[in-house]
Formats: sequence, structure tokens, C-alpha cells
Amino acid sequence: MSTQYEFKSRWLPYVLVLPQMLIVFTFFFWPSAQALWQSFFVQDPFGGKVVFVGLTNYIRLFTDPAYSYGQSMRVSIAFAMAVAFLSMAVSLFLATQANKKLKLGSFYKTMLIWPYAVATLVAGVLWLFMFNPNVGVIAWFLKHKLGIEWQHLLNFNQAFSLITLSASWKQISYNFVFFLAGLQSVPVDLIEAAAIDGASPIKRFWKIIFPLLSPTTFYLLVMNLVYGFFETFPIIHQVTAGGPGKATSILVYKVWRDGVINLDLGGSAAQSVILMILVVALTVAQFRFVERRVNY
Amino acid sequence: MKRLLFISAILMTALLLFSSCQKKEAVSTGPITIEFWHAMTGKNADNVQSLADKYNASQSKYIVTPIYKGSYSDTMNAGIAAFRANAAPAIIQVYEVGTATMMAAKGAVKPVYELMKEFGQKFDPKIYIPTITSYYSTSKGEMLSLPFNSSTAVMYYNKEAFVKAGLDPNKPPVTWPEFFEVAKKLKASGMEGGFSTNWISWIQLENFSAWHNQPFGTLSNGFEGLGTELVFNSPLTNKHFENLYQLSKDKVFIYGGRENKANPLFTSGQVGLHFESIGGYGNFLNTCKFEFGVAPLPYYPDAPGGAPQNSIIGGASLWVLNGKSNEEYKGVADFFSFLSLPESQAAFHQNTGYLPITMAAYELTKSQGYYDKNPGPEVAIKQLLNKAPTPNSMGIRFGNFNIIREIEDQTWEDILAGKISVKDGLNKMVADGNAELRKFEQLNK
Repeated sequence: MSTQYEFKSRWLPYVLVLPQMLIVFTFFFWPSAQALWQSFFVQDPFGGKVVFVGLTNYIRLFTDPAYSYGQSMRVSIAFAMAVAFLSMAVSLFLATQANKKLKLGSFYKTMLIWPYAVATLVAGVLWLFMFNPNVGVIAWFLKHKLGIEWQHLLNFNQAFSLITLSASWKQISYNFVFFLAGLQSVPVDLIEAAAIDGASPIKRFWKIIFPLLSPTTFYLLVMNLVYGFFETFPIIHQVTAGGPGKATSILVYKVWRDGVINLDLGGSAAQSVILMILVVALTVAQFRFVERRVNY
Repeated sequence: MKRLLFISAILMTALLLFSSCQKKEAVSTGPITIEFWHAMTGKNADNVQSLADKYNASQSKYIVTPIYKGSYSDTMNAGIAAFRANAAPAIIQVYEVGTATMMAAKGAVKPVYELMKEFGQKFDPKIYIPTITSYYSTSKGEMLSLPFNSSTAVMYYNKEAFVKAGLDPNKPPVTWPEFFEVAKKLKASGMEGGFSTNWISWIQLENFSAWHNQPFGTLSNGFEGLGTELVFNSPLTNKHFENLYQLSKDKVFIYGGRENKANPLFTSGQVGLHFESIGGYGNFLNTCKFEFGVAPLPYYPDAPGGAPQNSIIGGASLWVLNGKSNEEYKGVADFFSFLSLPESQAAFHQNTGYLPITMAAYELTKSQGYYDKNPGPEVAIKQLLNKAPTPNSMGIRFGNFNIIREIEDQTWEDILAGKISVKDGLNKMVADGNAELRKFEQLNK
């Protein structure tokens, strides 16, 4: 039985969505339009001189070595993929383990969800503190016990590993919740049937459980990529500040640096327009191409 | 009827939302409020407030209200956004790297020397410490903004580590060659490393050039025009950076990060020598569990230019924004005169560790016996007063200065990581920095 309500007045629905639309317009459309507008100008911060430059800001992003935009893009993609893979792999493993019948099972589950309450910035600080080349516990251990000189301020590989680790750690809880929910909805009789047919636990996982998890996995993949691209700003800001050199200056960090600190409003606006296009592309890809192939 | 009520409720909410966004027009009867946006935190913010309180208590015509707006860059951005929305404060604190940007914004700021003349305040630029005011003045000596919190770079050394290494704790190294020898001895005595430094761009490039009376850029480091070019890739800087690089390979020099991130190396006793702003003196007093000393920056005795010259400042100054009423400006001018009083300056200096901006405040602090207990700050003042500033040591005046410093920081890390040679690195800093200067020139012509 349908419980749909039909509006008697023609315009009432519009009035009802008006507050929402006002908010969307004020906080999303208006700033986006401004960014697009500003990206065609070069201006001094106070707005005293505004010079129309057409697409120059965009062209400079890709041709002017001072921007090193291509490098920033490459490192962002590598970073987002590394974070997505690492955090999803670890949380899938943890979820399969926590899904077993365990003593204190709900205790483990609760504990594993906890880190999600930690703010991203704080996660960055925590990891930075442990890996601080001068006073960090892990850095000290690496140096004095394993003979590895930890200096992520100068070593790109170490810097990249550190931001990947801290960003992934923060995301594990989120993935864990979804994977656990996904695992719990896998029908037990399917697994039992496979077990009776003699499939090993590993085979059962890869042939039955993993394919049935694919909607969750796909959803998480998109969410993790978005997280890696756009929400890891505090970690970069706190842990490496884009260094060494500008090796870990990912796109969202760069757009902030160039706009807020360096007051290059035109170049920064052009970068945010590119980021906007990227988000739109990711969303379209999610709904158009990949979702169809996922086995719901 | 019910529906109508509901709709009107929604509309009312929307209206309320809008009206609350609108700016309130200041209708003043009573005293005139002067907004003062600043970026000071903790104890320093309390000191700003107490300066304002003292001023407000001293007269009844104006009320100065300090408002904290976040970090230096946040404050500057807030000021810019407010100016563009016609809601700017009268006074805004801007850090030294923003100086050229503020200067270039001709329609946006009211130069302090003009303000003081226009509103009849007794204003004698000569009472100020020249190295401090020159940083914020035109090449003709017209003061554009009022120096507020100024600091300079000094050398800190761990006296206990000196004793342990068999060195005289009352004889810190004076020249760079001596300094490197001492650093090696400190490391040999069992320390993690010999020395570290904060602010590679501000201390080891800008102050280094001024201290050796070498040009950092052409046209008096940018004071005389926008056509300035960086020239710090000199044989002297090359030699200095080569020394630092070689010692970093031997772990005598330990890199601790950008800005002031290297401090823990010194406070935890891992290195015995360190370079930091005198603004960090109070912090070190609180965190160092050992006795430390403050000494002037070292120099190369064989360098051309007659080092040591004088060091240059960092910190921030107060800018007055355009578009305010004459009544407000009168109050600002009056407040600035109050800020320049020896009593105000001496109190701020002693409570925050920032340098006094007038000679009278320095003398007053000295007569109060403050330096007997706190010798550190006086080292910094003496370093600033060492010689009358030359075009190479008045200060630095570059557009896009933030980006230039960032380029220097980034390239410095690439040098230390061995990705680029010292020579090529310095040349790259200069070339990339010059490109930024040209962009700024083009926009502000």
C-alpha cells in the first residue's frame, strides 16, 4: 500500500525545499561560481587591480614549472590509491577476524571502531609524534635497534609512508564497520554448503565471501579515494607540510597553500575548478560505469 | 490556515537567516570603538589586551578592542576579506612577509606617517630604533606601518654541554669557523649532533646577508622599487651552504624542519648550538632543563663587507586600513602615540620578549635592571644596533615573499637530501624567486 502524500497546492513543495535550496545555493553554488569567475583573473589580494587573463591561470598550472602541478597530481593519485588499498585491506582482514565467534567479540569490535572518533588532525599529530626524527618513540627504535635512520623531513619515501600510514589508520574504523556489516549479511548456508563440498577457508573467502562483499567494497573504494584526495589535508598540513621539497604537496594542500598563504587567488581558483571537475568525474564514474559491474 | 502559518514560519526563518547575515552599521554616540585585529596567542594575547585596557582607562573618547583572528596568515586573510566587503578593522597586525603586499595595496592602506601628520600627533621617527623602523619605511624614511612585535635571530648555546665538552661556557664561538669547530667538539663529546637552525630562509639567508653587509636583492633589497632581483647566490652564501651541507652529512648539523620546528633538538639536549628568534627566549626559559646562553650570530671574518654589520628583524607591524572616518583615525593616531610611549614599550618588551621599538624604552628597561636577570634580549638589541643599517641591512622588501621563502625552504630540503648540488640549489632559489618577483611587478606596475 502506498503511503505517498500528494500536495494539493502546486507551489507548496517548492516552498518546502526552498530553505534547503537556499543553503545549497549559498554554500555550494555561489562559492563554486566565484571560484570559476576568479580563475580567469589575476588580482592583487585587496582587489585593487583585477586583470582578465582568460585561460592563462590554467595554462600556467600545467606549463609553469614553479607550480609543479603535474607532480602534485601524480603524488595525489598515488597517495589516494595507497591509502584506499592499505586501509581497506587491513580493515577487511580485521573484519573477517572479528566476525568469527570470539570471546569478547563485541569488545574487539568496539575497540576497533574507536579510532574513528579521533579527528584527522589529531591522527596526524599522533603519528608525527611517534615518528618525530628527534623525539619520536618509533623513530628512536628504528634508529637504535634496527639501524634505520628515520628522517621523513628529507626522505621522500619515508615521508610518503608516514602520511599513508596515518591517513590509512584514521580510515580503518570506518571501513571496518562497513565490512563487518557486509560480512554479517553473507548467508551462512552458502558457506556451510561450500565447506561440505570441501572448499578450504581461503577458497571460501575468495570464491564466496569476497564476491558477495563487492557492493560494500566498491562503495568503500569510492569513499576511500575521495577521502585520500580531499579529506587528508590536515595530515599533510601537520606531518609533512608538503615536504620534503614539495614532494608530498597533494592537490588539496597545494590549493590551500597557493590561495591562503601565498595569496595567488587566480591560480588557486583555477586549481579548485580542476578539483571540482575531478569530484564530478569520480561521482559520474561511480554511478555510470563501475556500479553496473558490481554484483548486488 | 494551518498551512499558511507553516509557510510563513519558513519564510520568517529564511528572512531571519538573511537579516542576521547583514552587517550592523555602527551607530556611535558615546566613545568610538577602534577594532584592532591581531594574531597573538597565549601570554602575548594577554599583553595585547592589557595594553588596550591601559589605553582605554587612560582616556574616555576611544575604546580599542583587540580581536584575535588566528595565525598571521589567517589574520591577513581576514583583513583582506573584510576590506573587500567594506567591513575592515581600523588596525590590523601583518607579519613581515606581508609588508610588500600591504605596501602595494595603495588604495587599501593609510601610511602611518601620513596618519600621524594629518591628525596632529607629535611624531618623531628618530625616537625609534632605526633597524626596526627601516623595515617598515620607504627608502625615504617615511614610516608606513607601526612596528609592533619585532624580533631578530640570535644564537643559543647549551652551557652545560659546553662544560661537558671541555669548552668555556662563557665564550661562545664568534666566527663561523670557530662555530663549526665547537659544533664538532660537542658532537664528539657524545651529543646527537652539534647544531641545528630554525627558519633557514630568515636566519641563514636574509639575516646572514645583512650581518655580512651583502645584498640579498638588488635595489636595496627591494626598498627602491619593484624591479628588484635576488642576488644572494654569492660565493659567500655558497661557501656557507656548502659548509652546512657537509656538516649535515657528518650529522654535526641536524635538520629539524621548517619554521621553528627544530626547537626540540635544542631543548631536549640533542644539539648544543641552535639558531632561533629572540622571541623564543621565554619559551626556552620554560622548556630547557639546562642553563643556556644567548650570543650574536657568527660571521665569516674574511668576508667582504666588514661583518658584523647588523641583523634584521622579523615579526609584525600594525597597518591602518583605508575607509574609516576621521574620528576613528584620530583615535588610531592617539593609540599609536600611546603604544610608542617608553612605558608601554618597556612593559610589552619585558612581558613578551619582543624587542622594544624605541631607544627610550630600551634605556628604561636597562635602568630597571631587567637585563641583569635576562641578558638574552639585550644581546639581540645590541646586535640590531651594532652599526647603522646600510642598504643591505635595512630589511627585505619583496612581493610574493611568502612564495619566495617557500621556494627557499623546499630547495634547501632538496639540497640536504642530495637531490641538487649547493650551487645549483642556490641558483634555482634565485631563478625561481626572480620569476615570482616579476609576476608581482607585472601585477603592481
